[in-house]
Amino acid sequence: MQEINRDTLIARAKELLSDGTVDRVLGWRCGEFDYDVTPAVFRSADELDTGFVFNIFCGANFSKYLIKETAKSESRVLVFLKPCDTYSFNQLLTEHRFDRSRVYAIGVPCDGMSDVNTLKLRAENILSAHENGDAVEIETLYDGKITLPREKILSERCRFCKSKKHVAYDELLGEEGDVCDNSRFDEVKRIEAMTPDERFEFWRGELSRCIRCNACRDVCPACTCEKCVFDNPNSGVSNKAAANSFEEQMFHIIRAFHVVGRCTDCGECSRVCPQHIPLHLLNRKFISDIDRLYGDYQAGAEVGGRAPVVNFSAGDPEPSDAVEGGANHA
Amino acid sequence: MQVTEYKPLIVAFCCNWCSYAGADLAGNNRLSYPADVKIIRVPCSCRVNPMFILRAFQRGADGVILCGCHPGDCHYTTGNYYTRRRMALLFSMLDYLGIERERTRVEWVSAAEGAKFAATMNDFVKTVAALGENKRLEDIRCKK
Amino acid sequence: MQRIGVFVCHCGTNIAGTVDVAAVAEALGHEPGVVVSRDYQYMCSQAGQNMIAEEIKNNRLTGIVVCSCSPRMHEATFRKTAASAGINPYMVEIANIREQCSWVHKDMAVGTEKAIILARAAVAKVNLNAPLTPGETPVTKRALVIGGGIAGIQTALDIADAGFPVDIVEQKPTIGGKMAQLDKTFPTLDCAACILTPKMVDVAQNDKIRIFSYSEVTGVKGFVGNFDVTIKRKARYVKEDICTGCGLCTEKCPQKKIPNEFNLGMDNRHAIYIPFAQAVPKVATIDPEHCMMLKTGKCGVCSKVCGAGAIDYKAKDEYVEEKYGAIVVATGFNPISMDKFDEFAYSQSKDVVTSLELERLMNAAGPTGGTLLRPSDGEHPHTIVFVQCVGSRCTACADKGKEYCSKICCMYTAKHAMLIRDKYPDTEVYVFYIDVRTPGKNFDEFYRRAVEEYGVHYIKGMVGKVTPEGGKLKVQGSDLIYGKQLHIDADMVVLAAAIEPDKSARHLATMLTASMDTNDFFTEAHPKLRPVESPTAGVFLSGTCQGPKDIPETVSQAGAAASKVIGLLCKDKLTGNPCVAHPDELMCNGCSTCANVCPYGAITYIDKEFRMPDRTTKTRRVASVNEAVCQGCGACTVACMSGAMDLRGFSNKQIMAEVDAICK
Repeated sequence: MQEINRDTLIARAKELLSDGTVDRVLGWRCGEFDYDVTPAVFRSADELDTGFVFNIFCGANFSKYLIKETAKSESRVLVFLKPCDTYSFNQLLTEHRFDRSRVYAIGVPCDGMSDVNTLKLRAENILSAHENGDAVEIETLYDGKITLPREKILSERCRFCKSKKHVAYDELLGEEGDVCDNSRFDEVKRIEAMTPDERFEFWRGELSRCIRCNACRDVCPACTCEKCVFDNPNSGVSNKAAANSFEEQMFHIIRAFHVVGRCTDCGECSRVCPQHIPLHLLNRKFISDIDRLYGDYQAGAEVGGRAPVVNFSAGDPEPSDAVEGGANHA
Repeated sequence: MQVTEYKPLIVAFCCNWCSYAGADLAGNNRLSYPADVKIIRVPCSCRVNPMFILRAFQRGADGVILCGCHPGDCHYTTGNYYTRRRMALLFSMLDYLGIERERTRVEWVSAAEGAKFAATMNDFVKTVAALGENKRLEDIRCKK
Repeated sequence: MQRIGVFVCHCGTNIAGTVDVAAVAEALGHEPGVVVSRDYQYMCSQAGQNMIAEEIKNNRLTGIVVCSCSPRMHEATFRKTAASAGINPYMVEIANIREQCSWVHKDMAVGTEKAIILARAAVAKVNLNAPLTPGETPVTKRALVIGGGIAGIQTALDIADAGFPVDIVEQKPTIGGKMAQLDKTFPTLDCAACILTPKMVDVAQNDKIRIFSYSEVTGVKGFVGNFDVTIKRKARYVKEDICTGCGLCTEKCPQKKIPNEFNLGMDNRHAIYIPFAQAVPKVATIDPEHCMMLKTGKCGVCSKVCGAGAIDYKAKDEYVEEKYGAIVVATGFNPISMDKFDEFAYSQSKDVVTSLELERLMNAAGPTGGTLLRPSDGEHPHTIVFVQCVGSRCTACADKGKEYCSKICCMYTAKHAMLIRDKYPDTEVYVFYIDVRTPGKNFDEFYRRAVEEYGVHYIKGMVGKVTPEGGKLKVQGSDLIYGKQLHIDADMVVLAAAIEPDKSARHLATMLTASMDTNDFFTEAHPKLRPVESPTAGVFLSGTCQGPKDIPETVSQAGAAASKVIGLLCKDKLTGNPCVAHPDELMCNGCSTCANVCPYGAITYIDKEFRMPDRTTKTRRVASVNEAVCQGCGACTVACMSGAMDLRGFSNKQIMAEVDAICK
């Protein structure tokens, strides 16, 4: 099996740039440290050589960037998509959010990405971090070399990976994986099993940390509105101030509701939250409810179609029964 | 034991064609229910945005009830089917956040069911009154 | 800022008995925006309305709130009052303080408090009201009827009778539909052809009616009053206007072994054919799948014998574009396929027939000339078993049958049984049934005659298996009343096959954005109150496309649909409801979510250019609402996550303002 690494990706990107298939590349750029990765646009072979990275910290999902990127010019942009990113890619196509013909998508394999925050909890003053098989070798300024099993710093969403199979691409590098049979709803079930008081305390504890920085919204590939209702003074809900009250809950409930049936469970919201609020558990609750009430549904599994929330069947359960089914009530 | 009867604030969204007419019929037949219920007329139950419901709670409502035509009888054929899904998901989410599920309700009331309207409101007010003041969803800045 | 007037009605003591109306007027006078607040004994009276009009003029009011009875009662009245005083009628809001306040509350203090809150909510709403003008669209005064069976024929005749031009589009070479294939009709036993064919002639001779036979609707655009329809006229290779229908070609054509659809394949026709003697239009049609000339270029007999010179082998499908104000769907039904019902040996024995096939076997113009003979050997059958509900009321076998009752089978089976016993008294007739359903005028009497006068053996129970054996059909069934198994050696078995909507209906429904139920029957706008209208404005339903029904019911529904069409075509202009959805294009994502939930297909998408702040332009896909089609339910406004879609008259801000006013 051909190993897919940084060099493979760069080589292919250079080919596509030089034969004119694309004129720019949407990829991951390395910061001061190699765990410090941000999305970036590369326009030349030189830029790729100096800045492009592909390592265990390349968690960012580029799908959302395609909306703005494809609007900039008619020529095609190359994008690298991990399996879970392709779901967002399809979902955005379903919603006509970008022009497919302006994108050249390369599917890249993914063994799960690491979480920088978890890494930083495990080691201090990190100079570099490299994967080596199932381990991550960390070099620190004062503590020397530390080796950690990779699974210890795996990000939450990757521990519950829903699919290693791409659902969209023009070209695939490496071999196709499978849709995973995972236990991603376990945490949702754990919360459902609490008493209402416990649930309220749990969420108040989590959501009261919200600083309304909007990172979750800005990164979310489903949150692509031209203007968000929370930024629109005419919507009646625009309010950015945080207070120890219902405001944050309302924001997060509405945000989750707005992406219901569209959220692919990519987990970016929790990845970027500076307050480490497990926001994906709100979306995942909706997904688990949809599966339970209206049959299994995976947003972005294909292009087109109607999400369960914009569909119905005559025999749907009543709202009162729908709630009864999911949770233990005091 | 001290018993004080709490007067809850109830917002009722009623669709114009069935439930609002059902409420009118309750009036025509002088079927009383507590004045705590304040009705807002909407064309169809599917017009009710979850934001309206959350807003009501935020501003201090103790209970929100949504009434529409019976499934299959919607004036707009399918509106209440969407309502049913949206509210099932929203109510389930509120429950997940630990908010008392008895504070929200969807009830199908036809234009002929004045008695059902009154009975529903009596029951809902009683249920919400027993829960007392809505503390979990209110916004302190919106207090009187 | 609005200048609002509040008018509190006493309604005699109806309101004033439990609400302190003066206190309400006083309290509302202090609300922001309110410049005048008054109470009066009967606001809806002429004097009351005059008072409102005067106050509007004197105070230059921009909006009013009337605290009175239900808006369902007098909203229209007060809107007219407002319009007469020079303000937009949609600047009126009603606070319902009678039905929803004074009549349901006993205590004056409580009632007054609630009335004030309701009035405040109305003021908060009217503060955000904007003048609305209903749109007007012209009406094309021509109707389209899709389907030329008895439903389509009756609808077209009734519309034409009112003076409006009508086109009938029929996919077969002739109109007439299923009724043309029937022998006699229940419960009067008059011959189907005798009552149908004169109507077909009426259609042909009516100068208001055009028939597009051998044609299909392939495209529908537009909306109520203004449909643009594309009709595909399939090449029939015979010039319709020249052919005299003499039939010589159909006799001389050498290709004569083609199963005759009209007789359900029980005899043969030629490659050029006229479906039946009374066909309308009575012109020949070449079946391109079997014509040697069209397939190999060798033959040309029909062209040689045609004295009129009507044959045209080079004919091509033609597409016609027409404009219509209203469309009636009358696509009818078919019996379901019997392929999956192996237990009845339909595919194994020619003597197992469906009821429609039996109609042809008993029809004087049918393959046997009206003498009932066994299809296998042409012998006279002495024992006939009828099986009811084959594929109907089939809850356990949804994969092959239908859950619903096909409604007509009980009656036509009674008819068949009676006719057979009448003509061939030596033939024994058994009918296996689940229930016998005979609701209809003279229906039960008819069924009882079959049992009591004609001695038909009705057996409550189902047939389990039919086995062809030694020239007989061994029928094994159960008699539920006597609780025993029955074995009957039958000569023929007749299956009352369930009926289903014509296959073309599904595609048509998509084109029309008309909704269907899970069985592919068209859905009516309201099951009780608007049974012949589809939820899509301007699209009407006639006959079995909406649900199983018999001929009398079909004809009455056809007339009802026609009267709805006439009512629509009589209007020169359609006035819309101004409370419709409208998108804020700047905020619209073009995501198509709103179109998914719209029950009327009122939302389409357009590419629109936007000037950006940096002076560049950007083209984006945005939603566009057809205001003539939108009915204002608001489903789209909630589906829209960006909040771009809003509803006039019930906007997000207005409803939110009401919520705030109530929760204050």
